[in-house]
Amino acid sequence: MAQKEYAGKMIDIDDNGYFVNSEQWSREVAQAMAKENGEELTDKHFEVLEFIREKVKSGESLTIRSIGKSGITDIKGFYKMFPGAPLKKATLYAGVSKPSSCV
Amino acid sequence: MADETKHPLKKVLMICAKGSLEDVLATLVMANGAVMEGIETKLFFTFFGLDGITKKRMNKLHTATVGNPAMRMPGGLPFPTLLGALPGVEAGVSAMMRKQIDELDIPRVDEFLEMIEAGGGEIYACKLAVDMFKLKKEDLADEVKDIITIGEFYEMADGLQTQIIFT
Repeated sequence: MAQKEYAGKMIDIDDNGYFVNSEQWSREVAQAMAKENGEELTDKHFEVLEFIREKVKSGESLTIRSIGKSGITDIKGFYKMFPGAPLKKATLYAGVSKPSSCV
Repeated sequence: MADETKHPLKKVLMICAKGSLEDVLATLVMANGAVMEGIETKLFFTFFGLDGITKKRMNKLHTATVGNPAMRMPGGLPFPTLLGALPGVEAGVSAMMRKQIDELDIPRVDEFLEMIEAGGGEIYACKLAVDMFKLKKEDLADEVKDIITIGEFYEMADGLQTQIIFT
């Protein structure tokens, strides 16, 4: 299994760079991942990441729509916070597996 | 040796020319999926596809119960075409389809348009079809950016790694 070092910790990752073990996640690790892309995570970003972690942990399906209804940000805001492919990027930084939803 | 460099899709343009529930939803799922991937996305609604962006109709789209060979009864038995022609059957089947789609957490058409716009996707109406159906800009969903000709739409397909999809 591939490993990658973030913030001094060795993280197990899959072929797409996603966490294999979500327990290895920490705020410092997430920040280091973002930094690699030239981004910086704010408290608001972390609120979204925690929301995603909760959702995934409880086994609920994670969609862009559910984030829009989270009360943390709306869909437009979400696209701004994680530019490009927001759901893919946010789940990557949140230390969970790649999203499998079509909506 | 073959060149194995990948050239991921950068821009996608979609044309929706049909107005049944599943035709419009298929377009919207694909368009929203592209937006979610960070692909520049533009949508063009024409002919009966315009129902998908017409305020009065967009959340009441129907599934055809006549002339639809893939149509089945609940349980999988074939759905007789003559049954589909009876008054109220199409409305009932369509309501059932909408309910099942809702259970899968797939948004309604109006919410889908909002999501696509929020992600930076652009939605256009076809001028020829708008004129033909005697519609006005205010009859169309607020997310519709403009009423344009097909020529203007093609002009938007101006980059490498661009695809046009007709649904």
